[in-house]
Amino acid sequence: MTALDVRKAAPNQLVSGATGDWEIIIGLEVHAQVTSKSKLFSGASAEYGAEPNAHVSLVDAGMPGMLPVINEFCVEQAVRTGLGLKAQINEFSRFDRKNYFYPDLPSGYQISQFQHPIVGEGEIEVERPDGSTFICRIERIHLEQDAGKSIHDMDPDSTFVDLNRSGVALMEIVSRPDIRSPEEAAAYLKKLRNLVRYLGTCDGNMDEGSLRADVNVSVRRPGEPFGTRCEIKNVNSMRYVQMAAEYEARRQIGILEDGGKIKQETRLFDVKAGVTRSMRSKEDAHDYRYFPDPDLLPLVLDPALIERVRASLPELPDAKRHRFQETYGLSAYDAGVLSAERESADFFEAAAKGQDAKLAANWVTQDLFGALNKAGLELAQSPVSAPQIGGLVALISDGTISGRIAKDVFEKMFSTGDDPAVIVEREGLRQVTDVSAIESAVDAVMTANPDKVAEVKEKPKLFGFFVGQVMKATGGKANPQAVNDILKAKLGVS
Amino acid sequence: MSDLTNLTLKSALAGLKAREFSAREITQAHIDAIVKARGLNAYVLETPEKALAMADASDAKLAKGEGGALEGAPLGIKDLFCTEGVRTTACSNILDEFTPTYESTVTSQLWRDGAVMLGKLNLDEFAMGSSNETSRFGPVTNPWRAKGSNAALTPGGSSGGSAAAAAANLCLGATATDTGGSIRQPAAFTGTVGIKPTYGRCSRWGIVAFASSLDQAGPIARTVEDSAILLKSMSGYDPKDSTSLNVSVPDFAAACGRSLKGVRIGVPKEYRADGMPDEIEKLWAQGVEWLREAGAEIKEVSLPHTKYALPCYYIVAPAEASSNLARYDGMRFGKRAAGDDLISIYEKTRGQGFGEEVKRRILIGTYVLSAGYYDAYYLRAQRVRARIAEDFKNVFNEVDALLTPATPSAAFALGEKSGDPVQMYLNDIFTVTANLAGVPGLALPAGLDAQGLPLGLQILGRPLDEETVFSVASAIEKAAGFTAKPDAWWG
Repeated sequence: MTALDVRKAAPNQLVSGATGDWEIIIGLEVHAQVTSKSKLFSGASAEYGAEPNAHVSLVDAGMPGMLPVINEFCVEQAVRTGLGLKAQINEFSRFDRKNYFYPDLPSGYQISQFQHPIVGEGEIEVERPDGSTFICRIERIHLEQDAGKSIHDMDPDSTFVDLNRSGVALMEIVSRPDIRSPEEAAAYLKKLRNLVRYLGTCDGNMDEGSLRADVNVSVRRPGEPFGTRCEIKNVNSMRYVQMAAEYEARRQIGILEDGGKIKQETRLFDVKAGVTRSMRSKEDAHDYRYFPDPDLLPLVLDPALIERVRASLPELPDAKRHRFQETYGLSAYDAGVLSAERESADFFEAAAKGQDAKLAANWVTQDLFGALNKAGLELAQSPVSAPQIGGLVALISDGTISGRIAKDVFEKMFSTGDDPAVIVEREGLRQVTDVSAIESAVDAVMTANPDKVAEVKEKPKLFGFFVGQVMKATGGKANPQAVNDILKAKLGVS
Repeated sequence: MSDLTNLTLKSALAGLKAREFSAREITQAHIDAIVKARGLNAYVLETPEKALAMADASDAKLAKGEGGALEGAPLGIKDLFCTEGVRTTACSNILDEFTPTYESTVTSQLWRDGAVMLGKLNLDEFAMGSSNETSRFGPVTNPWRAKGSNAALTPGGSSGGSAAAAAANLCLGATATDTGGSIRQPAAFTGTVGIKPTYGRCSRWGIVAFASSLDQAGPIARTVEDSAILLKSMSGYDPKDSTSLNVSVPDFAAACGRSLKGVRIGVPKEYRADGMPDEIEKLWAQGVEWLREAGAEIKEVSLPHTKYALPCYYIVAPAEASSNLARYDGMRFGKRAAGDDLISIYEKTRGQGFGEEVKRRILIGTYVLSAGYYDAYYLRAQRVRARIAEDFKNVFNEVDALLTPATPSAAFALGEKSGDPVQMYLNDIFTVTANLAGVPGLALPAGLDAQGLPLGLQILGRPLDEETVFSVASAIEKAAGFTAKPDAWWG
């Protein structure tokens, strides 16, 4: 029997109520839409954004006599996700029907996996905002059909149904209740999203509904057994996951401190009001009457397929993060930022090739990402390429330009897309390192400001004035270190 | 009856090929016969224009010496098969005037082979029944009548329309489906031949589903060889049906008339039902003798779990049906009743759209799958089912085919059993085992009872060994010499 209760909240994660401390227990069930061309059991397109009811096959519409046929690529994607979560891949799994009535569920049942899911236990390492990590165990992953969309607000008297999404493959990724704070819940979702994007098994576009979370929350006194939990369904952003968990924990603590009991129920997060609301109670809970789908054979995986998928896995975010720290000497923070997305990691490595990695990391994470954010561009749309960053870093490393000048060069690179070396030559931005040239400039400034030369020993702040003047005189190109050294020597300050 | 409607499928195909008559002529003859026989209520939709157009297309091919295995042959189609552009109702009000935009795999293969569609045939609503009395279009009357009686008899069910049409020469053959005996029992009641092939032999794609793990399509025709010819065209792997078997289709007709020397026939002792009429016992024994005379070895065998088959079936089938019929909710096709809100639309649509027997089975099925009852009923029934299948697997180590009665009685009167569902269910007692085990089963006429009504025998075979089943059947057919036809009282 798997131990359920394996983590203790840190003291700063406890919520202090009127009658003492409370520990928050959270588990997430994440529905991730599988990246695939067609749906789980039909050949209709799984692409997002089409006109309503444009991607609906007879099977998706639940027409009389229609039968499901498994999409083997979706199976591979589930295996891929399981391997990314270091999970047990079940060679035998089975599809069950989950029966209930709703207009966006045309056949009156959802094909899912209840008793025998395709993936078993695994785990994921999650980074908290402060850089510390925790392990969250995964209980299982199963494949199931998504339902269509019901649109209630197009007409006061009708609900409109769009079946484009009906039948699209979902992976339901169920965590163990190992999460101990709302922040950890958001971090878990963030990490999981990164992972599936890395693996290419889900695009993680939460605004398109590719990733949705059901958040299970309960509270307890530290050391006591788990309390009754409530499930908050269909939360579709990391921020809302955190907000919903936060609100729900406090709501439950409030009830318990007043001597009440938690009613086990399903709730919804009202984004506008920032509260959770009851959806239905256990008494109204559906009896889904699960039974094995007789239209499908059991899913039996060839071990060779599992090995083939394993061999095709990309380097995963955690491994990449560790490698960036060890091989490139990056800080945990920088390694984390760069390894978060495959595109950033690949870009960084291309930029850092043969260059000062730490410097490259700074230019990518601060200057490039900053400029892209400001311009509203994705990395894929960057006007500056990775080799160009590398070129810029090279020019700094070999002393051709100073760090300060490099900032100007970068701005020009970003607006023109030209190579840094080209820009430096064209605009004559080479750093002046020639000592005699700097000395001449220093001498000239000192000669022009005799009174300040006399004062600077008493007023050290005036040093900056001299630096500024020398830089101005050299058009900003003088090597700052050399300017400092020569000025200090000539002014007689330390 | 017109000469052209009194042919076997085999001889009609030969006549068409030899251009002794045209496809149009034989089709028109059937169209006329169908009009005259409306009193039987076998057809729920006649498609004469389409039939003649298809016949003309066949004639064009035949004129060039071309054509498929069924070129120009007029057939009737059970109204459970989705036919493109032709109303398909499953004889239920809930499907209203539903007209599929797609063709079932089985019927598309018939058209591929050149057959002609005369129309859609009556059945028990959603294939649930053993007497064709639950159809929205009213019951089918068996062309056979008891001696000296005008009482309307049932043709059996659910494929009552298919069996009646074949028996009354209203088609050269018909498609049907069998979930618990719905091909074999009506064949036995109407003196025709019907076969339910191995589960997975025919595609279920485009057939309105009743119980997915039990449903199979099959033909009803007037001779063993005719049914073999039809089954060949109907069979074949379909990648759109995940339960379809990827195996080649043998030439079933070639197996008819094959020698039975060395074939071992099992006579299962558990098929001797309490209160079984003497006539059926005698006919069964007669059948055994015929096979012995034809050179077969006879052996008494045991299928110990037979008595659990009927209760097992009446748990598994309704369970699957309760889920398969959930899609009939008035939302996307068929009838929708007006209602104030979603729940009331569902309740009114399904309450009004489904008949009593369908509702009964949906309720049973919902119950046996429900929380707290799943283990005791559905799960247990599936375990019993595994035992039943195992009985067949074991017995086929000792014998090659089994001979049993097909039904516990001859055709009964319309209205006689419709008041007592359990009495009605007992009709399936000899046939459900084959569906539960997935083995092929064939029923053919072997004699008449004292009232002049046909009695049938059933042959069960190994999975994918329809050939042995056909060879045993044709030996019985030959020995029985059953040539009786119902008197054409209907027009």
